[in-house]
Amino acid sequence: MKEFSLSVDSDKVATILWDIKSKSMNVLTQKGSQEFYDLIDKAVDDKEIKGIIVTSGKKDFAGGMDLSTLSNLRSTKVDNPSQEVFKFIMTMHNKLRKLEQAGMDPKTTKGGKPVAWACPGLSAGIGTEIGLACHKRFLADSPRAKVGLPEILVGLFPGAGGTTRLVRMLGAMAASPLLLEGKMLNPKAARAAGLVDEIVEPEKLLESAKKWILEADEDELVKAWDKKGYKMPGGNPYHPSGFMTFVGASAMVNSRTQGVYPAAKALLSVAYEGSLVPFDTALKIEARWFTHILGQENTSNMIRSLFLNKTALDKGATRPSQVPNQNIKKLGVLGAGMMGSGIAYVSASSGIDVVLIDQNQESVSKGMESITNILDQGIKRGKISNEKKESILGRITATEDYSLLRGSNLVVEAVFEDTQVKELATKKAQKYLDEGTVFATNTSTLPIGKLAEASISKAEFIGIHFFSPVHKMALVEIIKGKDTGEKAVATALDFVKQIRKTPIVVNDARFFYANRCIIPYINEGVRMIGEGVEPALIENAARQLGMPVGPLQLIDETSIDLGVRIARETKEALGNMYEGGATDEVLKILYDAGRLGKKSNAGFYSYNEKGKRLSIWEGLRDHWEPSKVQPDVSEVKNRLAMIQALEAVRAIEDGVLTDIREGDVGAILGWGCMPWAGGPLSWLDLIGAKEAVSICKSLESNHGSRFSPPDLLTDLINKNETFYTRFPDGKAN
Amino acid sequence: MAEAFIYDSIRTPRGKGRKDGSLHEVTSVALSSCVLKEIEKRNDLDTKEVCDVIWGNVTQVGEQGGCLARSAVLHAKWDERTPGLSVNRFCASGLEAVNLAANQAKGTGGAYVAGGVEMMSRIPMGSDGAAIAVDPTLTFESYFVPQGISADIIATKYNFSRNDVDLYAVESQKRAKNAWKNGYFSKSVVPVKDLNGLDILSHDEFMRPDTDMQSLGSLKASFAEMGEVMPGFDNVAKLKYPELEKINHVHHAGNSSGIVDGAAAILVGTKEFGEKNSLRPRAKILASEKVGTDPTIMLTGPVPATKKVLASAGMNIGDIDLFEVNEAFASVVLMFLEEFNVSHSKVNVNGGAIAMGHPLGATGTMILGTALEELERTGKSTALATLCVASGMGASTIIELV
Repeated sequence: MKEFSLSVDSDKVATILWDIKSKSMNVLTQKGSQEFYDLIDKAVDDKEIKGIIVTSGKKDFAGGMDLSTLSNLRSTKVDNPSQEVFKFIMTMHNKLRKLEQAGMDPKTTKGGKPVAWACPGLSAGIGTEIGLACHKRFLADSPRAKVGLPEILVGLFPGAGGTTRLVRMLGAMAASPLLLEGKMLNPKAARAAGLVDEIVEPEKLLESAKKWILEADEDELVKAWDKKGYKMPGGNPYHPSGFMTFVGASAMVNSRTQGVYPAAKALLSVAYEGSLVPFDTALKIEARWFTHILGQENTSNMIRSLFLNKTALDKGATRPSQVPNQNIKKLGVLGAGMMGSGIAYVSASSGIDVVLIDQNQESVSKGMESITNILDQGIKRGKISNEKKESILGRITATEDYSLLRGSNLVVEAVFEDTQVKELATKKAQKYLDEGTVFATNTSTLPIGKLAEASISKAEFIGIHFFSPVHKMALVEIIKGKDTGEKAVATALDFVKQIRKTPIVVNDARFFYANRCIIPYINEGVRMIGEGVEPALIENAARQLGMPVGPLQLIDETSIDLGVRIARETKEALGNMYEGGATDEVLKILYDAGRLGKKSNAGFYSYNEKGKRLSIWEGLRDHWEPSKVQPDVSEVKNRLAMIQALEAVRAIEDGVLTDIREGDVGAILGWGCMPWAGGPLSWLDLIGAKEAVSICKSLESNHGSRFSPPDLLTDLINKNETFYTRFPDGKAN
Repeated sequence: MAEAFIYDSIRTPRGKGRKDGSLHEVTSVALSSCVLKEIEKRNDLDTKEVCDVIWGNVTQVGEQGGCLARSAVLHAKWDERTPGLSVNRFCASGLEAVNLAANQAKGTGGAYVAGGVEMMSRIPMGSDGAAIAVDPTLTFESYFVPQGISADIIATKYNFSRNDVDLYAVESQKRAKNAWKNGYFSKSVVPVKDLNGLDILSHDEFMRPDTDMQSLGSLKASFAEMGEVMPGFDNVAKLKYPELEKINHVHHAGNSSGIVDGAAAILVGTKEFGEKNSLRPRAKILASEKVGTDPTIMLTGPVPATKKVLASAGMNIGDIDLFEVNEAFASVVLMFLEEFNVSHSKVNVNGGAIAMGHPLGATGTMILGTALEELERTGKSTALATLCVASGMGASTIIELV
């Protein structure tokens, strides 16, 4: 089947139609690109053809490049993979350039034919880059229409001329947010940003494009950079105002990315070096940098975790295949607190009818209030319409009456994190449920096996751990108890798919997966305070690892009393194996002083009366005076990274994690763990098992046995493997 | 190896580096030629005896471009057989010119005129561009931040408060005022005159002798906004110095060097040159050095440059009677005082760039000349001049009165 086709109408206007029949969304494959190039040749070279419309046969234009094509380009067995990638990119540049000039004589800039881009809906990545090569861009005024260049979000940058064209069209300043943040813009914003020229009624999309083609002015067919005397908007890097822009851009990108995202830096280099040379040379520079970035191991890791494996998990890679689809029509949510109302909100937003239950009217109203608040914020930002708000609220029945749970396909219990309270709610609810209804508990730390005892049927009982705030966090951790059956797992996964979040499925063990890694990360940071490490060094080292928040800020946000409670419980569970030490001592002093974290406006940080975080609490340095000789930042980084990564490895060894893809994707989406490396296991692969074990041994001798290298890691050295070569399909047992 | 001597040292007064500054009407080549002609006249120089004119100048574009040194030689109507060499080591260019001259004299003999010029009112600082500030292959790895941020990093790391740096600035103004009042610069400062012989400027016009803690206190820290908000250089600084929680922004226009116009020149030559031309050497150039340092904190160069030049002269810090440490920013000098534990009474005794201004390419020559004149006035023996340099460098020179 062809992916692209060409038709010519009676007015001799050609349409290049992109429509991959086997897919719901167009993505550019290696095969497709060849077809596209052939049609560009045909349409441009045919003297009879007056103009060209590039459009799609689907509701959207394109989702972007087929990222597996990119990873295949490098992995095909060739002597010099960089040469292959460079050639591939340069061919694309040459063809899009041919489309852009469309037969124009470069000397006189005369004789070109008009090329219009007609985008019916969404266009991302390469789709938008194709549009940028056209002369005039028409976008349908449809709710699904979104245009942007999100490559940076998977560790790449627009490499099919998009970076070079956008910077020359808009200037470095205006192009920056589109390129560096990868924002997808709605029609209005896209036109305001200069990304598209015309917004037209969806049914008049092709008509408008054709009308323009027949009437186009000669001047419109020549890109600004192909005209004499082109000057970059805002000035090039050595123009006084351009200089300031480029100075600022480097500083901003360096501090925002903490220097760990090579793609952002490469993107800036493309903009900088490209703006100092003619357009065609700039494209060559773009291709060189793109080839370089694609060759970085951490780029492949990012694509693997953030795109390929996330997509696989979203599509149900870990779902028991025998169970039929469990579509949730009616959901019961127990507890209208922060978690319960968040779950109710995301479910209702996805078209599920929700019964939201709490003990009294006051709690119920408070839950609804918080949902209304989220919706109102969405309206304020123009993301949600009033009608949508009403229809979402209309799907939620907030009540104290447990009997309204009747007919639910799934119940999620999200009451207070206490075994007894949870047991009570479970029993009360199950009275009204049909036999075989799956019952889920939302918990971050309580063992599922223990909670299951209160349930009528352990096979239908499962843990679903949501992250806070529910409406923002993309991950859901599903926990199988010892007796949890396949139907419960499938139901939980189908529910998570319905609410468009990414699931991981883990087995029931202390703290499951996420908190098993997060808690030691926090504790390691707290421990360093007790050892006399400068607090700023701890927090800055964490950020340099690409962690979204340092351990001290994180515990302030999750609260110090929770930290104390967890330490106490861990000590009870581990006995002699427990390495509390400095961590417990530091936590105790803060706890006794009533510094419980953000909620008490005092913790490792000091806050103003409005709760704004000001600076590290001065008292920390009084209690634990920073040592004269501070550890090197690399030592602090190694401690904070390794303490998380080792727990991920042990979670595999203990059978909590059964799929390494879930280990990486879960860590990135759950607590922002080293996305630049592709997650904690990918990070270990990146540095190599040998180096990892050597770091572990040095940390172990300096800081204790919690850094002792797990057998699995040592075994990778012996067999000269990585996690991803050991478990090629992800499955770890 | 031969020895190198200083035979004369002159400078122009420093004009405010703005459109309404007194020297703004003078071209860069004319101001350069003004000091060349003066040094020729004062020493009755046969200009073809000068092996080279080595000219410090930082922003080498426009009228300061195209090897200004050679243009100045021709403008001054010197013998056309005398060549010219423009050099740029940023703020230390004027000192580097003298050091190059001295080392060449020591090596191959002869005489040199070394000096420099900067017309900051006419050719704005930074207008020559700089890859290190904008090329991402450099900015990221070198953690580029502007100099003011670097000065504030020094203040943060060394715990210099706003009060400390302001006190230093007030003292610089006081000392400069005192020096001018008592004529301590009278031997070296030559008035700038027009083509009719009329005075254009005869004194350092940038000074604010009435500066006190109160007037400085009202000034806003200059680098807080660019550090903390847009584009957020403090975060870049913390990538390099992760032990810092935040950068303490203490520098402002009143405790940083002033933007001014000015030029200076020093006549360097061997003993033989002096004897042949009946000139009396005033000082011997004992040693000179240059160093590279961390480009982010950037301005710490005077410390290693001083250690290095002391080592090459075989001297200790206690052997130096007088120091000139360029007052690029107050924290740079305070750090020097702390690192070497030298008394402020020996350092920048006649004020410095905070009070009188810092004409980038000329300052190194000027402060060495100031040290020479002060040694002669007080009868002391040795002086050390040093400057911090952009992109993380430093330069230093030790002279001894003859």
